[in-house]
Amino acid sequence: MPLRIIVLGKQVPDTKNVTGEVMKPDGTVNRAALAAIFNPEDLNALEMGLQLKERCGGEVIVMTMGPPRAAEILRDSLCRGADRVILLSDRRFAGADTLATSYTLAQAITTHLSPFDLVICGRQAIDGDTAQVPPQLAEKLGIPQVTYVEQVLECGDGRLRLRRDLGRSEEIVEASLPLLMTVPRTANHPRWPDARLLLKYRHARSGFEIEAEAKRRGKSVDETLDYLRTKGLFIESWGVEHIGADLARVGLGGSPTKVKKVDSVVLKGRDLRFFPPTDAGVKELIAELIEERTFV
Amino acid sequence: MPEHGEVWVFAEVEDGRIIDVALELLGRGRELAQTLGVPLAAVLVGQKIRGLADRLFAHGADIVYGAEHECLAEYTTLPYARVLADLVRERQPEIVIYGATPLGRDLAPRVASTLKTGLTADCTDLQIGSYESGGRVYQHKLLQIRPAWGGNIIATIVSPEHLPEMATVREGVMRIPEPVNGRTGTYLEVPVMPCAEDVKVSVLERKTHPRRVDLRAAATIVAGGYGMGSKENFGLIHELAGVLGAAVGGSRAAVDAGFIHADHQVGQTGTTVRPKLYIACGISGAVQHRAGMEESAKILAINIDPEAPIFGVAHYGIVGDAREAIPRLIKALRGKL
Repeated sequence: MPLRIIVLGKQVPDTKNVTGEVMKPDGTVNRAALAAIFNPEDLNALEMGLQLKERCGGEVIVMTMGPPRAAEILRDSLCRGADRVILLSDRRFAGADTLATSYTLAQAITTHLSPFDLVICGRQAIDGDTAQVPPQLAEKLGIPQVTYVEQVLECGDGRLRLRRDLGRSEEIVEASLPLLMTVPRTANHPRWPDARLLLKYRHARSGFEIEAEAKRRGKSVDETLDYLRTKGLFIESWGVEHIGADLARVGLGGSPTKVKKVDSVVLKGRDLRFFPPTDAGVKELIAELIEERTFV
Repeated sequence: MPEHGEVWVFAEVEDGRIIDVALELLGRGRELAQTLGVPLAAVLVGQKIRGLADRLFAHGADIVYGAEHECLAEYTTLPYARVLADLVRERQPEIVIYGATPLGRDLAPRVASTLKTGLTADCTDLQIGSYESGGRVYQHKLLQIRPAWGGNIIATIVSPEHLPEMATVREGVMRIPEPVNGRTGTYLEVPVMPCAEDVKVSVLERKTHPRRVDLRAAATIVAGGYGMGSKENFGLIHELAGVLGAAVGGSRAAVDAGFIHADHQVGQTGTTVRPKLYIACGISGAVQHRAGMEESAKILAINIDPEAPIFGVAHYGIVGDAREAIPRLIKALRGKL
């Protein structure tokens, strides 16, 4: 049973490596100073998609919504084995919260990628850590969702048997297709880009990149476009009109939630008493803890 | 019509028990409801749940909505989301809050999308306040406060023009209110349509495995970080915990390095704790870790680097190698306790 699998990816700032220089004096984050990476759990989602394709047949389409620069993770996806990639990019998508994001993604899928069998997402992205887009997208697509999928036990006959890990419990579930599932980092080890694919797809370009490069080199856009198209190196990008999106439901304006304010994390200044790392120091510390009835 | 709708808490049930975070939410929900001058309600969904309502009343609920049906015996997303969304449409609450458990984080976004309303994930604080935008002032809004960017900033989110305002809240960050035995309220049965239409996912098997450790219940926690150097050295953490009758915790780095199982992880992606004494050994104190332990009554930090951020939240400090300091502590404690 060949499956049409859509994997969603997001390019995110590497929030795990936030250093002093990245924080501005006003406590906000200097996005530009952070490396942009493939959201780690989206790589687990891609890996699960690729393994399913190898097992059950079909194709893997990777889609991302983001600024033109997000084409970087699409090139990466091609080098890891994706069959097709799509960049959802339009200034009017900017500032979207999870509801507006899920609407935009759903609109792209229903207008241009239906019918499909599976949507696979990483459990959550490391910039927002919300885990909200996948269930919201499933609702918009009118399909069931299975979150925290560790393993696909069986595929076939319009159904999947899945193992979920919920921390305190584990479930085996059976779900009918089409289906959306989310994948945590513990599910698998994402493969590395393939050297042969890397040689080919490092030349893949989106329309935004072609325009910028053509301008720089004084070449015509059409010439480059034709060349990349014939070589299978053109990265499709879709905007508001292409997916027939309702402007009132995308971007900042389509987002019910607003950021009221952002504060930097301030350490609670405490009276800190140091004790020397000696036998005498440790004894003194313990005497103090006992006196304060800290031991119970 | 009253000015505001009710404040609702989704009362998650696990193995026939209401889980702690639901009671924690009743505590904060009570304050929110009082500020708005509205009743506090809890929503119970499942099978044979009537008997659980008393515990919700005792912890502050004025009303319990009970949606009972055999097809709701086990949680699956679609039937639960439908029941909840229908009830919200009918009763129009002002605020709905959920525990940010795996179940809550699966359910709440589905409901929010159905209702086309806002939702904020994993809040650590909720307040009522105002929001100003474009010359308009929105009064009595739910301020949804949460860490973002890997815990480096705290964002305050509002949903000014959509109802209900919804949020999921981290487990363990709010206190369970003292129960008032004998306190009662109104139990309202919610009619439930059968689930036939939305059985697209069926649970074939469910195993709950008890956590290896209950960090939230521990009065003392001894936690080790990457600075312990190896799994063998991490044995010192277990030894010190043994002497103190304490639970063992670990930083994310210690878990990632394989020194300790993930069930022991303290911090933003692990458990939020507030013991009487927290001993941090070889933990530098990244924000993600501090967010999960800084509310501890007393914190002792042992770290070789005097500039380590862990000292910023500590009450007592030892600057030195934890691998040398811990044996000294054990020796001294054996003599004293």
